[in-house]
Amino acid sequence: MAEVKRDDIINLVDLRKEFDDGFVAVDNINLYVRRGEFITFLGPSGCGKTTTLRMIAGFERPSSGKVLLNGEDISMLPPHKRPVNTVFQRYALFPHLNVKENVAFGLKLRKVEVTYEDENGDRFKRIEKLTREEIDAKVEKALKMVDLEGFESRSVSTLSGGQQQRVAIARAIVNEPEILLLDEPLGALDLKMRKDMQLELKEMHKKLGITFIYVTHDQEEALTMSDTVVVMKDGVIQQIGTPTDIYNEPKNTFVADFIGESNIFSGTALGGKKVRFIGNIFDCVDDFDKNEKVDVVVRPEDVYLVDEGLGQVNGKIISSIFKGIHYEMVLKVGKTEVVIQDTKERKVGEKASIIIRPEDIHLMHKEFSSNKYEGYITKKNTVCFGDGEFDCDVTTLYPNSILDEEGYLITENGEKIDLTDVDVEVEVGLKDIEISDNLEEGGASGQIVSIIYKGDHYQIIVRTEENEEDFVCDTEYTWNENDIVSVIIKPEDIKLKLKEEVKR
Amino acid sequence: MIKKFFSRGYIFLVLAFIYAPIFLLVIYSFTDSTVVGVWSGFSLDLYKRLLTDGEITPVIINTLVLALLASVLSTILGTLGAIGLHYSRGGFGKVVKGASRVSIINAEIVTAISLALIFSLILGTSRSYFSVLIGHMVLCTPFVVLSVTPKLEQMDSSLYEAALDLGATPRKALFKVVLPEILPGIFSGFLLSITLSLDDYVVTAFTKPATFETISTKVYNSLAKGGANSSLPVFRALTTVIFVVAIIVVIIMNIKRKKKKEK
Repeated sequence: MAEVKRDDIINLVDLRKEFDDGFVAVDNINLYVRRGEFITFLGPSGCGKTTTLRMIAGFERPSSGKVLLNGEDISMLPPHKRPVNTVFQRYALFPHLNVKENVAFGLKLRKVEVTYEDENGDRFKRIEKLTREEIDAKVEKALKMVDLEGFESRSVSTLSGGQQQRVAIARAIVNEPEILLLDEPLGALDLKMRKDMQLELKEMHKKLGITFIYVTHDQEEALTMSDTVVVMKDGVIQQIGTPTDIYNEPKNTFVADFIGESNIFSGTALGGKKVRFIGNIFDCVDDFDKNEKVDVVVRPEDVYLVDEGLGQVNGKIISSIFKGIHYEMVLKVGKTEVVIQDTKERKVGEKASIIIRPEDIHLMHKEFSSNKYEGYITKKNTVCFGDGEFDCDVTTLYPNSILDEEGYLITENGEKIDLTDVDVEVEVGLKDIEISDNLEEGGASGQIVSIIYKGDHYQIIVRTEENEEDFVCDTEYTWNENDIVSVIIKPEDIKLKLKEEVKR
Repeated sequence: MIKKFFSRGYIFLVLAFIYAPIFLLVIYSFTDSTVVGVWSGFSLDLYKRLLTDGEITPVIINTLVLALLASVLSTILGTLGAIGLHYSRGGFGKVVKGASRVSIINAEIVTAISLALIFSLILGTSRSYFSVLIGHMVLCTPFVVLSVTPKLEQMDSSLYEAALDLGATPRKALFKVVLPEILPGIFSGFLLSITLSLDDYVVTAFTKPATFETISTKVYNSLAKGGANSSLPVFRALTTVIFVVAIIVVIIMNIKRKKKKEK
C-alpha cells in the first residue's frame, strides 16, 4: 500500500476500472492529489480521465484498487455521502427548477448538527436542516461569486451556455465541498468565452482555496490553469508534472506530441552531450549512452531560421502559412521535415538554414515495443528486410490462402497471385529474435552495439553493417559488445503486412 | 386555384366522414325519439334521464370509478416499471422491455380470453370487481410504460447523478429530479389509460361479475336485447357528453402546449 502523505487529500492506489464489455478504461493508476491544488487530467478521448473522475465522485465503482480521501478508503461510499461536488460537462441543471432553486438544491438536503443548551444548562445536539435565511444567504454569496446576482428567479432554460455554466459552478461550490470536480466544463462554450472562463476558474480556485480536479482534452486549457497536469493515454498515466515540466521535458513521444506542437526526430545519442539527427551533430544538455537510439523533441518556436550556410543544417522551405502572430514554415532537410514558427516570413522555395540551441533539444529514451522494417517478398517466397533474408509464411498476407506447387499464392476466392517483389511491412517482437555465434545460421548478421541490463533481461541491439539496420532483442543470455553475430527469427514470428493491395 | 380548391375539398370530405356521424349523434341527442332518424321535437329528456334513470346512473359511476382506479394503479405500476427497466443493465432488462411491448400489439381478445382462463382457475366461475380491475390494469400498464420510457431516454442521464452528487439519496433523487422530468410522460400515460379503460368492452366482458355493468357492456346488452323499452336512446346523450369532454380536454392540452412553447 502506498504511504499516505500528510497534505494529500486524494490518493488513488492501484486504481483500475474494467467495464462489463471487457474494456479497461483505467489501468492500475497511482496518484496523489495535494490539498488545495489545481490538478488536471489531460488526454485524448477514451484515455480514462473521465472514468477516473467518476470514480472519485462515486458514480463508478473501481474494479480493483482504492480511492482514499484524507487517508480513508471511500471506494465503496455512494456519491451522496462524499464531500465532493461535480460540475458536469453539459451542466446537468435541473430544468424544472429556477436558478435559485438549482443552487439551493444541495443546501436543502444538508443536515447539520446544532448544539443547544436547555434550562438546566445541559447541552444536547440535534440534527437540523439549514434555515431558509441561511440557505438564502449562501445562495446569494455563491451567485455573487459567479457574477449572477439578480438571476435568482430566472428559468435555467432561458440562460446562455456561459450563464448555465456559472449556475452549475455555483450549485457545486455552494455546498463548500473539500474537492470540486470539473468534467470538461468549458467544452460546450465558444473560444472567447472559454478563455474568459479559464481565467475566472483559476481566480475562483485561489479565492475558495479548495482542491480542483479538472478533466479536459484541451492541452492549452490544462497548461493555462493547472498547478499539476496528469497526462493519460489508454488508461495509463504517461506523465505527472507542472505545466512547464510537461511542456519542456516530455517523458515520451506521446506527451511531446500531445502537448503543444513539436518536431519529433529519430536520432542517435553520441555520448558526451551530443546527438545526431537530421544528418547533423548537435550539442544538447541531456547525456545519454553512446549509440542509444533516441527520440529528439524540438518545439517549432525554438528553431531559428537564418540565411543559407549560416546555421547548423541547410534546407529548403516547402510550405509557409500565416497563423496570426507568426508564420508556420516547413523546412525540408534531406528527407525530414522541420516545422518552424517565426515572425519573419521566408518564401516557399527559398533556401535557408536553422540553428537549434542545446537547451532546446530534448532527448527521450526510445521505447521499443517491436522491431519494424520495410521489406519485400522474394521469388522463393522468403522475405528480405534488415539487410537479410528470412523464411516466412506468406499465406498470412491473405486470409485462408494457400500456396500451390509452383509457389503462387491462391487466395480464398481462388485468385492466383505472384508475390515476387511485393513490398511488405515486417514486424518482429523483441523476444522473438535469437542471437547466434554461427553467422551462417541466421537470416542477417551484424555487430552488437548495445547491451542494456533491464532488471531481469538484457536488451541487445544488433546493427548490420550495410544499412545500419537495428535488431532489438530481449534475451536472458549476456553477450559482449562488438561481437559479430547473426540473428535468427522463426518464420511464424515474422508478422507480415501488405504495404498496398497487389495488382492482379 | 383549381388545385387549391380540390385539395381543400378533399380535406373537407375526409373530415366530414369522420365527424358527420358524431354530429348526427349530437343532434339526435336533443330529441327523445327511440328510433334514430325520426325527429320527434326538441327535448332535453334524454339528458334528464341520464341523471335520474336508476338503471343508467350506476353504470356511469361504475365506468368512471373503474377507469380512474385502473388508470391510477396502472400509472404507478407502469412508471415504476419504466424507471426500473431504464436503469436495469444487461440483457434481462432488454428482454423484459421487449416482452412488455408484445401485449400492446397483441389482439385484445387474446388478452381477454387468457385473463378469463386465469380467473377461472383462481376464482372458479365467479368473478369479482377485483378481476375487472386487474383486467383493465393489464390493458393499460404497457401503454404507461410506452409513454414514460421515451421521456426517460430523453432525460440527460447526468441529472440523476447531479442530484446524488449534491447529497440526495437515490430515493430523493428519484422524487426530486427524475419524476418531475418525466411527469409529462406519466400524465399522457394516465390519459391514455383512462381512454382505454373507459371504452373497453372485450376485456370487461370477459372479466366482469354478472351484476356489474360498464357503459360498453350495457350498450351491447341493450342492443342485443333490443326492443322499444331499451335504454339505448339515453346513450345518445351520454356519448355526446363524452365527446364534448374529450374535445375540451384536447383543447386544453393544445393551449397548454402552445403556452409552453411561447415560454
